[in-house]
Amino acid sequence: MAQKTYAGITVDVNEEGYFTNPSQWTKEIALEIAKEENLVLTGQHFAIMEFLRNKFLGGEALSIRSINHSGVIDVKTFYQLFPGAPLKKATKIAGIPKPVSCI
Amino acid sequence: MEYICTVNKLTEEEKMKKLLILGGGTAGTIMSNKMRKELPANEWSVTIVEKEINHYYQPGFLFIPFEYYKKKDIVKPSLKFFPKGVEFINSEIDKIDAAKNSITLINGTEINYDILIIATGTRISPEETPGLKGDLWQKSIFDFYTIEGAESLAEFFKTWKGGNLVINVVDNPIKCPVAPLEFAFLADYYFTGKGMRDKVNITYVTPLSGAFTKPKASKMLGSLLGGKNINLVSDFFLGEVDNVNSKILDFGGKEIPFDCLITVPLHTGDQVISKSGLGDEFGFVKADKNTLQSILHKNIFVIGDAGNFPSSKAGSVAHFQADVLTKNIISFIENKPLNESFDGHSNCYIETGFGKGILIDFNYATEPLPGLYPLPVVGPFKLLKESRLNHLGKLLFKWIYWNILLRARKLPVTSYMSMTGKKQN
Repeated sequence: MAQKTYAGITVDVNEEGYFTNPSQWTKEIALEIAKEENLVLTGQHFAIMEFLRNKFLGGEALSIRSINHSGVIDVKTFYQLFPGAPLKKATKIAGIPKPVSCI
Repeated sequence: MEYICTVNKLTEEEKMKKLLILGGGTAGTIMSNKMRKELPANEWSVTIVEKEINHYYQPGFLFIPFEYYKKKDIVKPSLKFFPKGVEFINSEIDKIDAAKNSITLINGTEINYDILIIATGTRISPEETPGLKGDLWQKSIFDFYTIEGAESLAEFFKTWKGGNLVINVVDNPIKCPVAPLEFAFLADYYFTGKGMRDKVNITYVTPLSGAFTKPKASKMLGSLLGGKNINLVSDFFLGEVDNVNSKILDFGGKEIPFDCLITVPLHTGDQVISKSGLGDEFGFVKADKNTLQSILHKNIFVIGDAGNFPSSKAGSVAHFQADVLTKNIISFIENKPLNESFDGHSNCYIETGFGKGILIDFNYATEPLPGLYPLPVVGPFKLLKESRLNHLGKLLFKWIYWNILLRARKLPVTSYMSMTGKKQN
């Protein structure tokens, strides 16, 4: 298994750079991964990442449409915060696995 | 004497336990057949509540726009498939009161239960996407997940002169995840047959990163799209439909013009689920993906599209789940642990046009792999590979559905996914 070091902490990641052990994640680590994606994180970024982490750790499937039910932001804002492929970027920075569709 | 009989009868009725099934589609009908066989008729009553009196063979919707089937070819009365000894109530459900072990019908009638099976399915919700159900709905925007949509589209295609045909999946989960791809393949076949393929530009637009979710199948299906000159646009999440300029727009700023839009809208669970506080944010019942028992109430079980399981929303899944669920309900009645565990097993034929098809077989842990199904060496069906026999299998499946599957008769396939016949590399 691959490893990477962020903010002085070594973490386990897969070949695409997604965390395989979400408990190794910290906010300091998130700031560094975000730099790789050319993003500067704000409170809104952290709020939606917390929603995604809670959902994932609760065993629920993640989807873009669920963002509208987050009570934090809507999908449009999600795209503004994580341009391009927001769910993929947000989960990577939030230290959780890349979402697989539920098929 | 008569008085005594009445008292005895009442006592007997009071002693009877009640199994209530909500929904008489694929999953509910199979469960009514299975449970009636399993439960002693002098101890358990079985009741099924369903608002529709017609049962549609839903895989047939895909073929209607291409004039392969008409409505009459894919519909039969629901009543025909419930076994003797099952009471059928033709009504809409207003609410489930799980704390009181009862449901209320739309006319206010209350029905109690000892065990509840929820099989209320899923439905499309085009109204959730801005502009999707706007001025162009059923004029140049169609769905093929309802009989009305499929029939309107058949009429439209008959006289269509061609242009940009855009097929868009708004977001997962959807019923029969391969159906939109099959639609693209069949459209290529249909317009080729009409001698106007050069006038139809087909584009498949998906929120996924490729043609399909799982890597091997995605690669195989993606190359099939390319080979058939069907454009693939991935990572597109529909934000709104511009009815004035006939365009779909994603949240990231991408725009795709269409002359005909085939939409697979967002799916939600039956509204009674949300209203009764049993569902997730999309109205799918929160249930254990292995035991199929409700997370919130031990005497409520869920099967098929109604659940929030991370499995396909497909008839084959309901069929495989039914074996597991029947055993677990019997264990529940006998106060034993629920030892049967659904593995996410799903399989589906994928029509690829020109008289060919693909078959895929997979579960929660194993992606679709190449090989043979259901038996090694002899198959006869080829996995993840085009063949004429797979297409014939799909056509034959309609007969199997009505005569074997719905009636819970034995099929020569296992409920759990088997690695027999599959090739890892």
